[in-house]
This record gives sequence, C-alpha cells and structure tokens, in this order.
Amino acid sequence: MISILRSLWGVFLHAFRRRVTHRYPDEPMPLPPRWRGRIVLTRDPDGGERCVACYLCAVACPVHCIALQATEDASGRRFPEWFRINFSRCIFCGYCEEACPTYAIQLTPDFEMSECERKNLVYEKEDLLIAGMGKVPGYHYYRVAGVAIEGKGKGEAENERPPVDVRGLLP
Amino acid sequence: MARVVIDGKSYEVDGRRNLLHACLSLKLDLPYFCWHPAMGSVGACRQCAVKQFKDDRDTAGRLVMACMTPAADGTRISIDDPEAKAFRASVIEWLMLNHPHDCPVCDEGGECHLQDMTVMTGHVVRRNRFPKRTYHNQDLGPFLTHEMNRCIQCYRCVRFYRDYAGGRDFDVFGAHDQVYFGRAEDGVLESEFSGNLVEVCPTGVFTDKTLARHYTRKWDLQWAPSICAHCGLGCNTSVAERGGMLRRVMNRVNPEVNGHFLCDRGRFGYERAQRVTEDPEKEKRTPEDSEKKGLSESSGSSGVKRFSEFSGSLCGLLIGIGSPRASMESNFALQTLVGKDHFYSGLSDLDASLVSLILDILRNGPARAASLQDVENADAVFILGEDVTNTAPRLALSLRQSVRQKALERIGKGGIPLWHDAAVREAMQDEHGPLFIATPYATRLDDVATAVWRAAPDDLARLGLAVAHEIDAEAPAVSGFRMPMNSMADALRDARRPIVVCGTSCGSVPLIQAAANVAWALRRQGRAADLCFTVPECNTMGAALLGGGRLGAAFEAEADTVIILENDLYGRAGAAQVDGFLGRVKHVVVLDHLRTRTTSKAHLVLPAATFAESSGTTVNNEGRAQRFFQVLPSREPVMASWRWISEMLVAAGRTGWASLDEVLAAMGDARIRAAAPPAAGQRIPRRPPRYSGRTAMAAHVSVHEAPPPPDPDSPLAFSMEGFSPEAPPPLTPFFWWPGWNSIQAAHKFADGPSGVRLIEPGQRGAFFREVPAPFTPRRGEWWVVPVHHIFGTEEQSAMAPAIVKRSVEPTLALRPEDASDLGVSTGGAVQCMLDERTYRFRVQLRPELPVGVAGLSLMGATKGVGLPCWMALRRA
Ligand code: SF4
Ligand code: SF4
Ligand code: SF4
Ligand code: SF4
Ligand code: FES
Repeated sequence: MISILRSLWGVFLHAFRRRVTHRYPDEPMPLPPRWRGRIVLTRDPDGGERCVACYLCAVACPVHCIALQATEDASGRRFPEWFRINFSRCIFCGYCEEACPTYAIQLTPDFEMSECERKNLVYEKEDLLIAGMGKVPGYHYYRVAGVAIEGKGKGEAENERPPVDVRGLLP
Repeated sequence: MARVVIDGKSYEVDGRRNLLHACLSLKLDLPYFCWHPAMGSVGACRQCAVKQFKDDRDTAGRLVMACMTPAADGTRISIDDPEAKAFRASVIEWLMLNHPHDCPVCDEGGECHLQDMTVMTGHVVRRNRFPKRTYHNQDLGPFLTHEMNRCIQCYRCVRFYRDYAGGRDFDVFGAHDQVYFGRAEDGVLESEFSGNLVEVCPTGVFTDKTLARHYTRKWDLQWAPSICAHCGLGCNTSVAERGGMLRRVMNRVNPEVNGHFLCDRGRFGYERAQRVTEDPEKEKRTPEDSEKKGLSESSGSSGVKRFSEFSGSLCGLLIGIGSPRASMESNFALQTLVGKDHFYSGLSDLDASLVSLILDILRNGPARAASLQDVENADAVFILGEDVTNTAPRLALSLRQSVRQKALERIGKGGIPLWHDAAVREAMQDEHGPLFIATPYATRLDDVATAVWRAAPDDLARLGLAVAHEIDAEAPAVSGFRMPMNSMADALRDARRPIVVCGTSCGSVPLIQAAANVAWALRRQGRAADLCFTVPECNTMGAALLGGGRLGAAFEAEADTVIILENDLYGRAGAAQVDGFLGRVKHVVVLDHLRTRTTSKAHLVLPAATFAESSGTTVNNEGRAQRFFQVLPSREPVMASWRWISEMLVAAGRTGWASLDEVLAAMGDARIRAAAPPAAGQRIPRRPPRYSGRTAMAAHVSVHEAPPPPDPDSPLAFSMEGFSPEAPPPLTPFFWWPGWNSIQAAHKFADGPSGVRLIEPGQRGAFFREVPAPFTPRRGEWWVVPVHHIFGTEEQSAMAPAIVKRSVEPTLALRPEDASDLGVSTGGAVQCMLDERTYRFRVQLRPELPVGVAGLSLMGATKGVGLPCWMALRRA
C-alpha cells in the first residue's frame, strides 16, 4: 500500500520536471554544421561548379550510390555531364566528402528527405547543386591546379613560375 | 639461372636479367620509372635503389641502382634496408617538387605509375614551398593530349619514340631542369606507334585523346581480353566499356605477338564499333531502301521468322558467303547451315588464290610461319613487295628491332649485358641491318634498310627468285637478270635466323612464290629461315583454313537465297558483277554491323555483333588461333552472327548451339578449342574490384539493380566478384595488382604466350620453278598497284573519328615524268574507265615509282576495282 502511494507521488512530482521530449517537427532540431545529412554539390567563389568529375567520391562510396560522367567544355574545365546519387542506398558515411579533392561534395545538416517512393530518392545534378560554397568558403581548385583553363593560362596558378622558355639558353 | 639473396631470402632468378627485372619477376615490390621490360635500363630516374652487400659479413653495404646491376650468381641485396628506403622516398620527393596539383583532372589518375610509386615509397607530405616550374603544352594531333607540367624526366617517351620506334619528329629539348619532351613545334605526331606513349609514359603527360571524349577511370571500366580486328596480325588487346559504350583499347601483353606495343590503328580504331553499339537506331544497321521493298529488318526471333518465311525451304537453293573479318565460329556456322558445297569463302578471287598459296607454302614447305617475336629476333630480313607499316603496322615495329640483332650479338659477346640500353646503343651507334626492302614504292622502313630497290611486282619476283638461286643453285635461275643489290644473298646466308617478309598487298602470285623460294633455299643451306606473310584482315587466314568456293563461283551459282556474312561484296569484286548477282538472287540476307553498299541492296539485314559485342576466334597471319571476348553486354536485337545462324538452324528443324563452346565442339578442331579455356569453373570478373556506381548508374531508370547479365560463352563474368590476376593469359581482362594500378602491373602476371598455332611446316623441298617475264611498261597504260594506308584502308576502323582525322584523301600516285606527259601535276586529276564506270582520282607525284607503274590508294570505292590491274589514264 505504502509503496503504491510512493509511486503515485513520484509520478505526480514528475509533472513539474523539465520536459525532455522534443516537439519535432513543430520545433526544428538544432543540428551542428558537421552533421552528415543530405548531400550537396557546392560552387567555387566565382560561382562555377566546383566538381571536376574526378570520380573519387564515387569510388570511395561503400554502397556505390554515386555515379557520374565527366565532360569538358570549350573553356577547358572539367565538370560532370550528369551526377546522380541514389539516396535510397546512401548510408551518410561521409566518405565522399572526405575523398573529394575540391570540396565540391558536402554533407549538410538536413535529414528531412523521406519519400514514399524509392525512385524519388534518386537525385540528379540539378537537385544536388547549390548556389554557395557550403562549409569551405574561398577554395577554388583551378587556382591551385596546373592545367590551363579559360582566363588562367599556364604558369598563372598560385605559386607557379611562368612557363619555361624551351629555346632559352640561360642557366 | 642464378641464386640471389634478397633481404636474407635466397631466390632462383634468370641471370641474364638485371636485379630490378629479377625482383619484379619474383613479384617483389620495387619502385622504378625509367626501366621498361621491352626497352631495358638507362638508370635515369634513380628510383630503383637497393642496398647491395659484398658477402654475408658485409653489413654496411652500398646503394646501387637495381636496374643497372646484373642479377649475377651470389648477389646479395636488400630492398627493405632503411637507407635504401629513405633514398627512394627522397627521389620521389624530388620528382614531385614541381608536380602540379592535377590528379583530379588528370586522365592518368587511378592508373598512374607515379601515383603508385609515390604511395609505395610513402612520400605523403609536400615540404617544398617554392613556386613550381611550368610548361606550355603542344597540340599533338587527334590521338594524344600533352600536359608537360606532369613530366618527371624519366626519358621513356623519347627512348620509345626515337630509339625503339624510329620516329624523328619528337625529341627532348632544353637544358638542366627545364627539359621539354615534345615536338619542335605543334603538330601531328608522325609515328604510327605514337599511341604507345599513353602506356610508356609513367605519368599523365601523354593521355588518350579519344578516351577523354568519354572519360572514365580505369577502375570504373568493364574489361575483356580481345584480339585487334584491324589487320591480320592479331595483336592482343584489352577493350573496355562502361554503360554500354566502348571507351578505350589498351595493349595486352602476348610475348609472341604484340609484346608491349600496339599500332595507332588498333588503339584508336575502336570508336566506330562504339558508335554502332551506342545507338543502333540512329546508325541504322537497317538500310532505308529495304523498307521501300517492304522487307524491313527484323529483330530477335522475328528476324529469323521473316527469314524462314521468304527463303521458303532452307535446303536446295540456299548459298552462303563467308567473311575474312568474321570469326571462325560465324563462318563455320554459315558453312554448317548452307552445307560445304554451297559455302563460299568471301575473299576476293585474287586474295583467295594468294592466301591458299600462302597456306600451301606454310603447311608443306620447310619454313615456319614467323611470329612477331621471331621477326624481332631475326638477324637478317628480306622484304618482298610489302609496305608493312601500312599493311601490318605492328610488324614494322618488330622489323625495327630486327635490324639491331646482328649488332646485339657482337655487343653481347663483348660482355655488355643486353638490358643495358644506353651502353648497348652507344656501342651500336648507327650500325643496323641487314634489312633489304624491295617494293614498288617507298616505305616508312627505308631509313633502316641496308638497301632498297623499287620495281614492278613481276620484277620484284624475279629479284626474289634470283636471290634464291644465288643462295642455292638448285633453285631456278633467272636468265638475264642483273642483281641490283649485291651481297644480299651473302648477307642472308650469313644470318642464322633470316626471315623473308611478303604478303598479299601486291596481288602477285610469283612474288609469294619467290619469297618461298628464298626461305627454302636458306633452309637447304641449313639456316633457320622463316617466312612472314601479311594478310589483309583479322581472320583472312581462318577463312582460308575453313575453305569454301571462290566468290566468282558464288556469282555464277544457282541460288534463291544468299546469306552474306559480315562482308561488303563491293569491296571484293567489280560493281557490275555484284550488282548482277544481287539483282538476280531473290532473297539477299546480310548479317553485318557496318552499313555498306551490300547492306543497302539487301532484302533483310540482321544486326550482327561487333568484336566488342561477341566472343569468337580469329586466326592471324601466323596461323595462330586466338579468342576474343565480349565486353559490351548483349542488347536486343544485336547478336553474334553464329547465334543468328543457330536460330535459323533451329527454325529449319535442325540443332543449333546455345554457347560458343558448343559451336567449338561442333567445329571439332581441338587446337582452336584450346585457344582459350571453356566457360567452366570459377568465373573471372570483367570489372576491377573498385568498380563504382553500381547502385546509381541506372537508378534513373529503375532503383532495382538488375542482376549481372549471364555470359554462356566465356569463363568471364559481367561482375566485380572474384580475383582476375589469377586468370590465365588468354583470359586476363586487364592488368591490375594491389598497389600497381597502372599498366606496369603487367609484370605481376603470368608472361606466357597465348593462342594456339594451327600451321606447322612440312617437308616438301621442291622449289617453285616458273619465272615470270620481266615487266614491260605499256604506252598510255599503267600497271596500277594498290597503296595501303594505315588510316583508311581497313574498313572497320576507317570510320572511327580519330582515324578519319588522320586519313589521307585517296590519290593516284604517278611518276613526275608520267604526270607531265599526261599534263597533270600534284593535285590535278586523272580519270579512267573500269568496269564501264569512270573513276576520277587526284594525282600525287612519287618519283620513286618504277617506269610503267602507278599506285592507287586502297580505300572506299577503289576496293572493288580489282587492283592490281592495267589502267588507261587520261587527264580529267
Ligand atoms: S570527389 Fe568531388 S570533384 Fe570528384 S567527382 Fe566527386 S564531387 Fe566531383
Ligand atoms: S601524372 Fe599521376 S600523379 Fe601526376 S597529376 Fe596525373 S595522376 Fe596525378
Ligand atoms: S613525358 Fe612521360 S615518359 Fe617522357 S620523360 Fe616525361 S614522364 Fe617520362
Ligand atoms: S598491327 Fe594490326 S593487329 Fe596490331 S594493333 Fe595494329 S591493326 Fe591491330
Ligand atoms: S628504373 Fe632504375 S634508375 Fe630508373
């Protein structure tokens, strides 16, 4: 008898404790910026696509859910002709982000992407590409790479000497 | 054999090798750059340093370059020695000082020897903060891209291009740390073997420009072992696809055939097969006018239904024409369907007589058919009538090595190890030969010839016969012949392994007989003389072995229905004759993957599979049966020709075949069957272990991943499960080994030859005794010989975009004197009547042509002209 009353009392007291239930979705979840959620493709400081279609994210992906095709335009820049992530397979491990040499592919603090049909979880480049630089502002792969693109000739990248004059005889 | 101790363990190695080669053969990992299995060592890169010890009491040791140290008996070395390791790591660091930050956009990435070696030595952090050296690039034509910033100055490219392949328009320029590998100025690389730079260069300086158009990393490609379909030599290749698109061709080492190198036609001629496959509808393997006739093309079993509908009864009036560019299996299937008496071989009548003569010579005479490796090792060569660079390109590269053999023998005796490339070349200087070239017009090998002679094919044959007589008096004499190249017979007699090269390209029976006489005369003198005959297409030899009636007889034969297998008859006989035949036969059924003039006359076109879409066997010029395997998964309605024919057999109530092994069993030749293992046992994956994107590639179509397509025809699987490095040589889809992602991984694989030789020599010693009369020029007429072009003559590669860019406009070559008599100059035009048709040709002047002889480019429409022949030329 005593013990029953004690339990009732205890339950009653809990009515005045601080609430721990999060009222999601009425209240949004606070997530740290490094949360590994929905994947995006970012842009470089000039607004160009950062992804150079190197296939490293695709090969790093343990569930093989990234596929793309590289192409090149007249300016000499490489980019993906198409880029597809099958989120119905993705395990959000973040390996792609870690593999990416250009900071193009990034995981974001967004997990609200449930769908009733699996095929709606197949995202194409248009669905993945965002307007900004994401978590890594300022990085521009072509400014450090040695290849020439329109507007940046040979020897004009960061920390490069002008191209060698092969016919020069000076030591 | 020698015993060497490596890191305390004793091994048995080949004492004629250097230590690097020995270590690699033992499958030990030792980084290197400048050594190449076919080109030897120069010790330029300093990457292969190891510690060598005097004896077992020596603990200090000294650093040596493994590639420059002989694997002598009793040698003691250490690869794992900390000092050697540190040395190798610092060499990589130096090489990387100026290396650009390019890997993500570098086509070499993922198959880069420099990446592999960097990882292997453990150099991970860049310490250098100084600005990097840069270079301008050059436009090198449609085959290769150039990105000089990535160069590590290993000198492999110049050593291949100049020293090995004899190219002159590529070199190393500049001084000290600013050396430059390229041409004196932008321009197309002239060498027919330039594509090998893709594999020879350990970095991404030279990469495949055709691959860049549909770039895919090596790990993402699905590979299959294949046989080049673009000439009669049958070089071994690895072909690769992704997403149903053929993407690239790489070399597959077969030490007895192509070794480490391919020609550019074989490497870059694949894109046509790719385009057909890519979009069968657009490319229309269906001729438009078949629709007009109300007999449209058909797919799958409906095609066979249509076929049996209008062919009525399948017996009696059904004939079949085979093809020298279709597999043995497809030719055999057709032969089975129509019966031996109604099967015609599909070679032009001239080619058929030439090839059957060649077969007779190789089977019954005492001289062997030489492999490319035999040619490379020959110490004297006599070329009769062949412009090998254009008819059998890879053979030209082997011949360039053969001219070094004599000198190599001398140098070897002097104690210089033959892998010591720099020392050997220093000792050799310009010494070369003997190589005698007797052809109607100049060839690209003339620069290494001991002597060249230009004459009409009949006179070339007389030369050959006269040489044979000089070697052995038993051979028939040639009266009234003055020997133009003296000492030639002596040079051939002095050799131990002389080879006579001849072929079908001059279209001359006496020439082939003369070549045989020379080789047989040498055999009678106790020399191990071999014969190397070139043939025009990938399975010409196979088609000849299978037999069948002459094409001319087919045109006369009574027939209601003709089935033409992968063959454009307009390239084999005169247009009037073919028109007459195709017009007369009620039902013309063509199985092909190319759209030709013949398919446009067909009533029913059945889409046949290309070499990339089917498996089968071809027989090369040496009589070596080799299997090629399907790389593109099958796609309706395209099927291998033998499958179409098998369905026809079934429709006719006979038994067909379900797999390639069943066709091979039906063929009943155990040697052809043994060319590659049957489809049994553990499957070999076509995909590398890191193949990516499996669950996303086709997700836009369906999120449910399809199972890998079955492959009843081979032990290979369209999958990544399994371990391919254990596959036997004929089944090795690609070269990859843990830590060795580049093609340099080849040394980790079994290096035995593959393919089975079907032709072995006989005993007959009797010489050919007919001597042709000297060639007599005619007034107003020319004896027109075909001029072959590496880019453009072979029909399966001729339409590949990169090859098209290198093709020349077809011309008629004339002596300048003849041209001025006709009143034309270079670029002018001449015309002639043939087969009641007027042809117009652009004129090219070639002063070396013999009097009375002209040369006509063999491509497209000129194939059916029936060269060589007399032509009356007029100014157009
Ligand atoms: S790793 Fe980065 S740059 Fe490379 S393909 Fe993926 S997203 Fe693009
Ligand atoms: S050559 Fe090799 S290491 Fe250099 S950028 Fe290309 S892939 Fe990277
Ligand atoms: S271009 Fe390539 S092969 Fe030539 S020296 Fe440079 S790295 Fe070596
Ligand atoms: S030589 Fe002939 S078989 Fe060899 S790669 Fe060239 S075209 Fe192909
Ligand atoms: S491989 Fe030995 S020094 Fe280059």
